[in-house]
Amino acid sequence: MTTTIARRGTKRPPVPGTPVAMNGAALVAHAMRQVRPDVVAAYPITPQTVITETFSEFVANGRVHTEFVPVESEHAAMSACIGAACAGARVQTATSGPGLALMWEVLGIASGLRLPIVMHLCTRALSAPIDILCDHSDAMAMRETGWVMLVGENVQEAYDNAIMAVKIAEDPRVSLPVANLLDGFVVTHCMERAELLPDDAVTEFVGEYSPTHPLLDLQHPVTVGALDFHDYYMEHRRQQEEGMANAKQAVEHAAREFASLFGRSYGLLDTYQLEDAEVAMVVIGSAAGTLRMVVDGLRREGVRAGLLRVRCLRPFPSQEVANALKGVQRIGVLDRSLALGAAGEPLWSDVVAALATHGAGHPVTGWVYGVGGRNTPPGQFRQAFLALLDPATQPGRAGYLGLRERR
Amino acid sequence: MPAALTLRALTAQQDQLAPGHGLCAGCSESIIVRQVLAALGRPAVVALATGCLEVATTRYPWTAWQVPTVHNAFENAATTISGVEAAYRALARRGKVSGEPPVFVVFAGDGATYDIGLQWLSGALERGHRFLYVCLNNEGYMNTGAQRSSATIQGTWTTTTPVGTVVPGKPQWRKDVTAIVAAHHIPYVAQAAPHHWKDLMAKVQKAAAKQGPAFINVLAPCNRGWRFEPEETIRLSRLAADTCVWPLFEVDEGAWKLSYRPAQKRPIVDWLKAQGRFSHLLDPQRQDLALEVQSRVDQEWQQLLSRCGSG
Repeated sequence: MTTTIARRGTKRPPVPGTPVAMNGAALVAHAMRQVRPDVVAAYPITPQTVITETFSEFVANGRVHTEFVPVESEHAAMSACIGAACAGARVQTATSGPGLALMWEVLGIASGLRLPIVMHLCTRALSAPIDILCDHSDAMAMRETGWVMLVGENVQEAYDNAIMAVKIAEDPRVSLPVANLLDGFVVTHCMERAELLPDDAVTEFVGEYSPTHPLLDLQHPVTVGALDFHDYYMEHRRQQEEGMANAKQAVEHAAREFASLFGRSYGLLDTYQLEDAEVAMVVIGSAAGTLRMVVDGLRREGVRAGLLRVRCLRPFPSQEVANALKGVQRIGVLDRSLALGAAGEPLWSDVVAALATHGAGHPVTGWVYGVGGRNTPPGQFRQAFLALLDPATQPGRAGYLGLRERR
Repeated sequence: MPAALTLRALTAQQDQLAPGHGLCAGCSESIIVRQVLAALGRPAVVALATGCLEVATTRYPWTAWQVPTVHNAFENAATTISGVEAAYRALARRGKVSGEPPVFVVFAGDGATYDIGLQWLSGALERGHRFLYVCLNNEGYMNTGAQRSSATIQGTWTTTTPVGTVVPGKPQWRKDVTAIVAAHHIPYVAQAAPHHWKDLMAKVQKAAAKQGPAFINVLAPCNRGWRFEPEETIRLSRLAADTCVWPLFEVDEGAWKLSYRPAQKRPIVDWLKAQGRFSHLLDPQRQDLALEVQSRVDQEWQQLLSRCGSG
C-alpha cells in the first residue's frame, strides 16, 4: 500500500525537509523557485493567482533568476512558454479553469512539439454559469491534448508533484508537457503542515535541462512547427503516443528517486484498504482524504470498503487500475465534473474502459460530486458506498451527491 | 555590422530563404523576406504566424529556412518570439548561449497582425521585448483564398465581400494598425514596400539596432488575391506609393517622418484599374464609391503629412 502522507515514525530520509505551514499555491511557487526555470510566463486567475503573485515576489527579490513574462492572457502565457521551450529553456506556467480553456489551442501545440513545459493547474469549474470554485471540468477537457497529468491530493503532494513533474517532462523518452493538478481552494488556499525541501537538494534532483534541438543553437538551424499533411502527421502523432506511454515508467522512476532521497513515496495509484475490499470507490484529488475517513467508518461497521485514488490521469494506468480492482465486487467512481451527453463521466469512462480491456469487467457505478465547488460531507460519500452494496444499484450513472432535485 | 546596401554587396550574400519553396510565382513575400534577412547582417531567429509564407516554406520534411525558425499558431507569433527572446536573456545570463545576440524577427500577414493576433502583438510591444515584427500586408486572408481582413480597403472584392447586387464589395474602410502600433510608443515603427528596397532595408537596419520592439508594416502585393499578372508585382508596389494608398514613412523614437513623397500624386483610379479586385469600381454607376476611396486616401495622406510636419 502506498499513501501520500508522510507517516510518522518512519525512518528519517537522507534529505529531510523543513516543516512549514503553507497553502498549496504558495508551496508550489516555492517548488517553481527551487527548480530554477529559465522562463515563467503566466497570467493571474483565481484560484491560481497566489502562485503567480508569490513567484513574482521571488523574482522581484532576486530569490530566483527567472525571466518572468507577464503576459496579457493565458493563451499568451502558453504561447510564450512554447517559444521559450523551443528556444531551449526550462519553462513553467500555471492557470485555472477558464484560463486553461483559453489556452486549449496551444496546449496541443506544446505537446505536439514535444516541449517539456510544466504547468500547475489549480482546478476550477468552467463557465457558464461562472464559478471560481473547484471542480475538474477544466482538467477533463484537456485529457486529449497530450499532456502528462499528475493529480495531487494535498499541499505536500502538490509540491512534491511540482518537483517530480520537471524530471518526467524532461526525460528524453517522454519529452512531453506535464500538468500538475491541485484542487482549487481546497489545496491552493488551505494551509497545511508540509515539508519544504532544501533548495539545493531540489535543484540537484531535477538537474540541468539539456534540450536536443534548441532554436538558439544558431550553428545548427532547425525549423520547428513545420507543416505536416497526410504523409507524416499520423507518424508524428504515433511518436507522441509513444512518449506518453513511456511517461508511465518515467512517473514511477521519478517517484522512486524522490522517495529514496526525500522519504515520501508515490505511485501511479494510491490505494487504501483495497487488498480485501468487497466495495471500493475510485477518485482523484483532494476528496480522497474524506473518503479514507468514510472507509475507516465502514470498516468499523464490518463493511470491507476500500479506496483507489488515481494519481496519474494521463497516461491513464489502465492495467494497474484493473489489477488494483481485480478482487473488488462492487466498484464506484466519483467524478467531479460532468461529461454532458456521454455514456458516463470522464473518470468513470476511463475506469470502465480499463476494466473491460484488462479482463475484469465488473459493473461500475458512477456518481457526480462537488461540481462547482459544492462541499461533499462524509455522509454523502457514505451513502454512495451503501448504495454500492445494494444489489438494486445499477452500473452506469447513479446520479449526483448533494444535488437539490427539482420537485 | 549591418550589410552595406549596395546591390554588389547584397548579391554576394547567401540567401537566408532558399529557393524551392512553394510560394506562388510573382509573390512578393519571398522578395520581402530576403530583403529583411539580407539587411540584418546578424543571425536571425524567426517566428512565423500561420499564413502563406509559413505553409509554403516549411512543408515537412523540407524547409526553406537557413536560419532557426519556429511556427506556433496563427495569432501568437509575437508572443512566441517574446518567449524565445526571454529564453535568450535567461540562457545568456547563465552562460548557456554565447556569441553575438541574434535578431528576433516575426513574419506575419495582415490577418495575423490586424485581426486575430492584434492582442498578442500589443502585449508583446507593451512588454518591450527586443524584436522586429514584419507584417506582410497583402490586404486580405490570401492563404485561405482571398477573404476580407481589416486591412482590406472599402469597395474591395474578396470572397467574403463579393460584389453582389446589393453590396458592392467590402463596405468598411481599413484600420490603421501602423498608427495603433505607434501608439504603443515603441522605439521604431515604419511602413515600407518592396519596390523601394533600399528604403525597406534601411528601415530594417534601423529597427534591428533598437533596444526594444520595432514594427515594419510592408505592403505585400498578391497577384492571386488582387488579380494582376505575376510580373506586375513590383509595379503594383510602386503604384501603391505613388497613389498614396500605401505611404512610406517611419516613426523613429516618436518622430514621424515621410520616407517618400511622390513628385506627382497619382489618382487612385490608377491603383483601382490595375487590379481585378477593383474592376467593379470602374463601372460608371459605381463612380461614387471610387470617389469615396479617393477621398479616404486623400484624408489619410493629409493626416500623415501633418503628423510628419510636412503638411
